[in-house]
Amino acid sequence: MQSGPSVSEHPLTPSVPAGGRQGTGPVITHSRLENGLQIVVIPDRRTPVVTHMVWYQNGSADDPAGKSGIAHFLEHLMFKGTKAHPKGFSDLIAELGGQENAFTAYDYTAYFQRVAKEHLATMMALEADRMTGLILTDDVVAPERDVVLEERRMRTDTDPAQQLNEAVQASLFSHHPYGTPVIGWGHEIETLDRTDALTYYERFYTPANAILIVAGDVESSEVEHLARETYGRVPTHEKPPRRFRPQEPEPRAHRLVTLTDPKVEQPAHERVFLVPSYTTGAPGEAEALEVLTHFLGGGHTSLLYRELVIERKLAVAVGAYYMGTSLDATRLWIYAIPTPATSLEQLDRALDEVIARVADHPIEESDLQRARTRLVADAIYAQDNQASLARWYGASLATGLTIEDIARWPERIEAVTAYDVQTAAGKWLHKRRGVTGFLLPEAAAA
Amino acid sequence: MTAVAEAALSSRAGRVQRVFSPGGIEAWLVEEHAVPLVALEFSINCGAAQDAPDRPGTATLLAGLLDEGAGPYDAEAFHRALDDKAIHLSFNADRDHISGHLQTLGRNTDAAFDLLRLALNEARLDAEPLERVREQMVATLKRDLNDPEAMANRAFRAAAFPDHPYGRAVRGELATLPSIARADLDRLRKRAFARATLKVAAVGAIGAAALARHLDEVFGAWPELPDLMTVPATSVANLGMRRVIDLDVPQTTIRFGRPGIHRRDPEFMPAMVVNYILGGGGLTTRLFHEVREKRGLAYSVYSQIQSFDRAAMLAGSTSTKNERAAESLAVIESEIKLLASEGPTEAELEKAKKYLTGSYALSFDTSTKIAAQLVHLQQQGFDISYLDERNKLVEAVTLAEAKRVGERLFGDGALLVTAVGRPAGM
Repeated sequence: MQSGPSVSEHPLTPSVPAGGRQGTGPVITHSRLENGLQIVVIPDRRTPVVTHMVWYQNGSADDPAGKSGIAHFLEHLMFKGTKAHPKGFSDLIAELGGQENAFTAYDYTAYFQRVAKEHLATMMALEADRMTGLILTDDVVAPERDVVLEERRMRTDTDPAQQLNEAVQASLFSHHPYGTPVIGWGHEIETLDRTDALTYYERFYTPANAILIVAGDVESSEVEHLARETYGRVPTHEKPPRRFRPQEPEPRAHRLVTLTDPKVEQPAHERVFLVPSYTTGAPGEAEALEVLTHFLGGGHTSLLYRELVIERKLAVAVGAYYMGTSLDATRLWIYAIPTPATSLEQLDRALDEVIARVADHPIEESDLQRARTRLVADAIYAQDNQASLARWYGASLATGLTIEDIARWPERIEAVTAYDVQTAAGKWLHKRRGVTGFLLPEAAAA
Repeated sequence: MTAVAEAALSSRAGRVQRVFSPGGIEAWLVEEHAVPLVALEFSINCGAAQDAPDRPGTATLLAGLLDEGAGPYDAEAFHRALDDKAIHLSFNADRDHISGHLQTLGRNTDAAFDLLRLALNEARLDAEPLERVREQMVATLKRDLNDPEAMANRAFRAAAFPDHPYGRAVRGELATLPSIARADLDRLRKRAFARATLKVAAVGAIGAAALARHLDEVFGAWPELPDLMTVPATSVANLGMRRVIDLDVPQTTIRFGRPGIHRRDPEFMPAMVVNYILGGGGLTTRLFHEVREKRGLAYSVYSQIQSFDRAAMLAGSTSTKNERAAESLAVIESEIKLLASEGPTEAELEKAKKYLTGSYALSFDTSTKIAAQLVHLQQQGFDISYLDERNKLVEAVTLAEAKRVGERLFGDGALLVTAVGRPAGM
């Protein structure tokens, strides 16, 4: 274990330039401190502003059994203060004109500040301080648990569509913790206490488990120097924490989940499939799913929109989403809102027909090219927003991808063929791999 | 580096050019080639306030149809033309404006402006997309019928602005959406698409000459003057009213408000500062401390000053479990009264000023955010120089001023409140 000045004697690992960019994008560097902290610097010199983020490679899917919601609850408690800053540092950040927040996902937890560039060193010192310096007392933990319960009521307990979504996820993942909501189940949140939070904190919050991302008007050498002076002084665990997650078995049975509620006036349909992620998929598989998803449900020119909305008038809206950035096997969503004259069963059958056709026939070259163009352009549009770029890199690295993976993503999307898309549809959008969700008014439940 | 370039770097306004097209269209431009993208934002006074009283949702429906077929392209062909070049184009309506948002890769700029020209001058308003977009609006309204936040907002709007266009639904009503005809949309467009209320900003990889040429192509055929209905000035009514709407949910959603101080009012800056202290400033406000941090009553609690063209309001919201919702409201009311009677402390004022000046730069870090800011400033009638003056105006706010304007803003603390849920004792 290294701490204090000895850390700075050890050089950083060589910076890795981002390959495959053809000189258009920023040169992104990736390095690592002796204590294991990873550093990614994304230059954006247009405005004197930086986005500073620390990502921990643990999320709700790493919550211990019976303690669902602890990753998210701890994220709230991280604002409560340290020995050096007993009341937290939100007032200090605000006085510097900074904006801050944090978020918890299935695979990671991240904290960020956006500030004028001259305050970057202060942000790094503050974030390094709370990496191991958190102090919690029961009189701040108890009201914050009530805050989280109110958050759950606001997002889920007052919204039947969100309750259906929770049930669909829980059905899709019969064994893997992705079936548990990030915020946790209400009855378990109620039991979380100070000891649970600190035990979890001590297990995961350590430099070797953290990724520092700085995007904005900075030099990578300057960021690495500042990181050594701040994060470099944080002692690390002897071994980085490990994640233990039971994996989902091969799905065998299609599942239909129905939620009826008198508050529902507009029925809705969703279908979610268990599919590989960028991290778990064979080479090219996730890219094919990305193109397939866009072809199926990416906007007004997509197949489902043309078929179900414009031609057959079975739906007023459809869409698809592939959650490809995921440590373990993940989800591909298709959702649809029926027209008043259409039952969810009719809509469901029509969806099956369209998917079967995509699995049986190669897609047209013009459709393929349009999907690829749009996806590759997204990587260029992303360069306009340093905060989104920081999130893209953070989420990718925290789920096991590399800087080169991100840099070469446009090339790999360009390489997807019609055959790849057809194969992906046949292999992964099989009904037995999926859960269908019906949202219905109570009267229709008979 | 030349002196001019140095001045441009230290001044935000110095980076903005005022561009006039040969045909006389004005736009504000930030030319920036670091990223190969162009963003364009614009607005016209064609919002829901121009809807016929028995046909709310007309402006929203029109905005939804502008990219659904134009000139030689039907809806599908138009979307295909956009997607083939990965051009982002969208329109939306609020109370006062229809705004447009265009973003393109620099190499497709000509095609992007041409599609924008078609949408704004030759939108076909065909029957198929008209019915489709109408049905999408109906589905959204149905989804919102029993949504607590949508219900609280609906009730608040109706009670705050009775007998005024601002009291009507921007996205329409289930009962009257079917009665909006193509002729209504066509009439609205002919009345409101005009150069006099047009505000445009562009940011990115485009020069002044190219922008000027595109401005004439896109907007040059519009008439100078619109034929708009007059929207009278108004203010939040029914102060002191508490309207509880029953819904079987475990949490009560509360919306509260009272008259505000308008963006164009000389006392807006002090008002913004005292609202920041009350509930406008994220994790550090009085409401955040008292409602959330100390008592655990809510996840979200905030207040804001909203300026419409013809009204301003102080408005806020929170959500608390039914058993304790009355306590949340009581805390909010008492914090407003306390700030009205005692004013902020010197320390709070200094902190607020430091945040508001220091964070201004964060609104200018993406081209779409910059373009939106520049259109917003033009809507409010400010000059480019405001970009540099704004922080000086914040710094100039004194404690006496903050106290006086706080008294004006919060008055006797009377609020219009709408609440949805089953709150105990409210």
